[in-house]
Amino acid sequence: MQIELREIRKTFGPVRANDGITLSVPGASIQGILGENGAGKSTLMKILSGFIRPDSGAILLDGRAATIRSPADAIRQGIGMLHQDPLDFPPLKVLDNFILGRSGSLFPDRRRAAREFRDLAASFDFGIDPDAWVNGLTVGERQQLEILRLLWFGARALILDEPTTGISQPQKEKLFATLRRLAAQGMTILFVSHKLEDVELLCSSVAVLRQGALVGTARPPYETASLVRMMFEREVAPSRRVPPSPGAPILSLQGVSLEALRLQISDVSFDARAGEVIGLAGMEGSGQSVLLSACAGLVHPVAGRVLVKKRDLTGQSYHAFMRDGVAYLPAARLEQGLVGGLSLSDHFVLSEGRGLFIDRKGAGDLAADRICTYNIKGSPSNTVESLSGGNQQRMLLALLKRSLSLILLEHPTRGLDIESTLYIWSRLQERCAQGASIVFISADLDEVLQFSDRVLVFFAGRVSPPLPADQLTVESLGGLIGGKGWETLGKAAGA
Amino acid sequence: MSFQVVLVGLAGVLAAAAPIIFGVIGETVSERAGVTNLSMNGKILLAAMGGFAVALATKSLVCGFLAGAVIGGLVALLLAFASITLRQSQVAVGFVLTLLCRDLAYFLGNPIMGATAPRLSNLPLPGLSDIPVLGVLLFRQDVMTYLSLLLIVAAWLYIFRTRPGLMLRGIGERPSAAYVRGAAVNRLRYVYTVAGGAIAGIAGPIYSLSVKAGWKGTISGLDGMGWIVLAITIFGGWNPFRAAFGAYLFALLQWLGLVLQPALPGVPSQVLQVAPFPLMILTLLFVNIGNAEWVERSLSRLPEPIRRRVARALRALNATPPAALGTPFEKE
Amino acid sequence: MSDPRRRLPRASTTLLQLAAIVLAILLTTLVLLAANAPPVAAYLNILLGAVGSWNVAANVVVSWVPLLLATAGLLVTFTAGLWNIGIEGQITLGAVFTTWILRAAQGTSVDPDLAIALSILAGMAGGALWALLAGALKTFGGVNEIFGGLGLNFVASALNLWLIFGPWKRPGVASMSGTVPFVKELWLPTLSAQSRLAPAAVALALAAVVIVYVLLQGTHFGLRLKAVGKNSSAAYLLGVPTWQHMMISFALCGVFAGLAGAVQVTAVYHRLIPSISSGYGYLGLMVAMLAGFRAALAAVVALFFAALNVGSIQLPIVLKQDSSLAGVLQGTLVLFVLLAQGVRQRLSSRTSRRAS
Repeated sequence: MQIELREIRKTFGPVRANDGITLSVPGASIQGILGENGAGKSTLMKILSGFIRPDSGAILLDGRAATIRSPADAIRQGIGMLHQDPLDFPPLKVLDNFILGRSGSLFPDRRRAAREFRDLAASFDFGIDPDAWVNGLTVGERQQLEILRLLWFGARALILDEPTTGISQPQKEKLFATLRRLAAQGMTILFVSHKLEDVELLCSSVAVLRQGALVGTARPPYETASLVRMMFEREVAPSRRVPPSPGAPILSLQGVSLEALRLQISDVSFDARAGEVIGLAGMEGSGQSVLLSACAGLVHPVAGRVLVKKRDLTGQSYHAFMRDGVAYLPAARLEQGLVGGLSLSDHFVLSEGRGLFIDRKGAGDLAADRICTYNIKGSPSNTVESLSGGNQQRMLLALLKRSLSLILLEHPTRGLDIESTLYIWSRLQERCAQGASIVFISADLDEVLQFSDRVLVFFAGRVSPPLPADQLTVESLGGLIGGKGWETLGKAAGA
Repeated sequence: MSFQVVLVGLAGVLAAAAPIIFGVIGETVSERAGVTNLSMNGKILLAAMGGFAVALATKSLVCGFLAGAVIGGLVALLLAFASITLRQSQVAVGFVLTLLCRDLAYFLGNPIMGATAPRLSNLPLPGLSDIPVLGVLLFRQDVMTYLSLLLIVAAWLYIFRTRPGLMLRGIGERPSAAYVRGAAVNRLRYVYTVAGGAIAGIAGPIYSLSVKAGWKGTISGLDGMGWIVLAITIFGGWNPFRAAFGAYLFALLQWLGLVLQPALPGVPSQVLQVAPFPLMILTLLFVNIGNAEWVERSLSRLPEPIRRRVARALRALNATPPAALGTPFEKE
Repeated sequence: MSDPRRRLPRASTTLLQLAAIVLAILLTTLVLLAANAPPVAAYLNILLGAVGSWNVAANVVVSWVPLLLATAGLLVTFTAGLWNIGIEGQITLGAVFTTWILRAAQGTSVDPDLAIALSILAGMAGGALWALLAGALKTFGGVNEIFGGLGLNFVASALNLWLIFGPWKRPGVASMSGTVPFVKELWLPTLSAQSRLAPAAVALALAAVVIVYVLLQGTHFGLRLKAVGKNSSAAYLLGVPTWQHMMISFALCGVFAGLAGAVQVTAVYHRLIPSISSGYGYLGLMVAMLAGFRAALAAVVALFFAALNVGSIQLPIVLKQDSSLAGVLQGTLVLFVLLAQGVRQRLSSRTSRRAS
């Protein structure tokens, strides 16, 4: 099936997720879609698979204009989507997952469906037992099930969203073999990924998205450097920090291993020293969030030790870490960091209030003072949900206690404008000058390179050793994030 | 106590459990779709009163039972509207409705208290009712008891063997995945909530027209049954057969309470009658305990063979609710 | 289960709330007509039954006290985001503990006033104990507080019955009218010999509301509890010990519930009866919902509900209607207010979506 996208546009509020994308995908091919977080890949795929409708633009399937009203409509027209977290039913059995949604008689012929399932699975060399529970399958097997199901439903085009995240190497090879076979049989495949090696290996053509627009296409043989340049290029060259003289280690991770939903991090060791900024770079879901949570005691390592200022806090709760001067700022500002429904001054009272009774006047003064200091556009009695994203982030900063030793930030400037970003970093750098250590996650390579002293790169659960930021470039960092160049790193911090 | 008397008693247990079965199956259907209907207690009272009133007025038992179903369906429709369309808390609305329906039942039922309406009589099945043991137990019941037995099987078949039943399970577990497979999630939630409410509503007239015939207002002893139904729904793990087991267990405990009364003179009769209630609800503790984090942690400290046995026992008892129970669904 | 306290901003709330009240009265009138009762006469009867004489007015206050106490306690648990349906059992346990101390003190040389005071304290402890049990079931057993509370309600009522018909039964034949009444000295002093209105009880109830108001609005604990109720994960990140605060809120509610039970025993019935909690717990939940979880309104709404209850006592006698009419009016009021809230939220979200 030939798929043509013409001038697809979609905006969410002020954000232009898809800005006039035109792309033509011939049938029986594997088309790669590359782009960093926020480039617009998932929006485009959601439009194609029927989850959202574009603001303007046209979709043509086999030359004919098509309107895709819902995901069920999409599959009816032959487009099937394999989500990063497959939309299946974990508490049900494989066969039930397979049958669910297929129209037919009142009593589905389970025996026949099981036979067809087994035949289909065998033809692709998938070893899934139709009687097994889905929540006992590995991610790779759930993917296989979903592919089989979409084929059975008559898909002629498959969209795969980051399919190689969290699957083993043999499963990946099997997946690639399957995709190549399907393409040879006439299937159109869209392979959305940030992993350069996979895309270069598999795809007959690559389209690169950046900030909502299609910035370039490439055909084999691929030049990694040019792909990276298309993905990450910036107009402004990042300025360099003056590297500080390292102080005593504040945070120490020794041989820490973590287990998360779909990945495992093994044997990470590094120190975050006083006055230092460490950036955790990588695509979302590569393990940075889990590691950061472990540094805060929100998640406990299955092996290794976490020390704060030489004290072993492994296994203790976040509140114990807080008592030792650690603060954690989550990415979801309103959902996890602030209490919706409470006012700004309420938050300051929560953070700093002492004694039995609330000193309303004192609280109001404190709030007004902090609001002024941090330049928050809002008054003490406003509720936090009325603040803009930038002001919410300033609020989170303003709530930090006076003297902190370790500040952990998850995507501190996500969705913020330049002015807010610079302001927030200036406050953070003040803290550094006072001796605090900062560890932060960011998907913005510029931010990582500009503000970190050292960088840890994450890729599929692998963690690089701390790399000095002044020895990294956008290209090399982008390559590492995409999985390239790890061999040259020497001993990795985690494998 | 002679064997014959025990058999007759057990047959009575089956009949007494019939309304609970209707209630539990109805609530299981509703909760499988993701909607908790806390109004069960009041709904049963209102349906009992209403069914009785209609049977009284029309002299027709069929109309009485139908009225119960209609009342149950209407109350459930109100809950569905408030929680699915208006996105209010299912708990809040359900709780208000349970109190409101109860008071409506007492108020509107006042004039007919103590009246005599047609009463459901037993319908022994020819031939089958003469089989030695099973005959007394199973085949000398009334129509609604037979229907309750059929309902268990029918519900199980529907939920676990039919195509729409599979979709029902999908909606309750992961509405977003069901949506992708073409389900009109919220519309189906309405349908199943109302259907479940109607089925549960039939429990009311079974009480007032059969098991505890008549409407006696506040002393009809029905107040509290709805909560038991809800507890047994959880105990039943949202599976019709296991839920039926819970219903029969409860009815058995109540019967035992009566039977053992003379043997336990120190225990007041009222207590024995009430005892099954807290017993059933406290089983919720065991049903849920496997999920608690501290339990998992302490389990890991036990020696391996013991740990495996305990873990297996906990897993057998465990009742995991449909994952999306109580959560609203919005197409993104 | 989501936060039960989704509050509305002031503006169009009033209009929709008025509409809710009107609809509730309309529906209740329809119900009255369906029961072949003259609506106007019924409402008048309720009114007179509540304020027609000093006697009935006093009875309204007597009924107001336990309701207000229960509501005050529930405001604390609602603030923490909890549905404390177990409050009925907590009232019952409070009554049981109170009776226990009074029975122990009866016949001894203990100063009666001291005995009464101790028994009231015991009642508060009993309610707190029962509430903590529900809290423990939730925190450590994963049992939803609704069903845990419900189960404990049944256990409490079974315990109550067992005591009344077993160890504490009246000599001779055990009776549904409860245990043997206490001697006059162990009664909480009432306005007059015939009245059941104890000024001390009223003072306690009012004090409870004030304490709860100050606690929730004026203390750090109250603010932390609000944070837990609105967003427990954010509260945790901000340093609030969440499950501990939930347990404390259970205990506090139990204290007030137990106090309600204690008042019922010492001031109203002077003994333990099977239905000692009389549904005040469940009614308190409705009062809290109708008052929008605001302590300031709670006293007024509770008084209104108490008036409805007492006022409708005469209905069976005068108009041959069941006194459950009060419950019908109360239920429809809360229901329509909830529906109005939902309508308002739908309308506001629709306009905001259109604007963006």
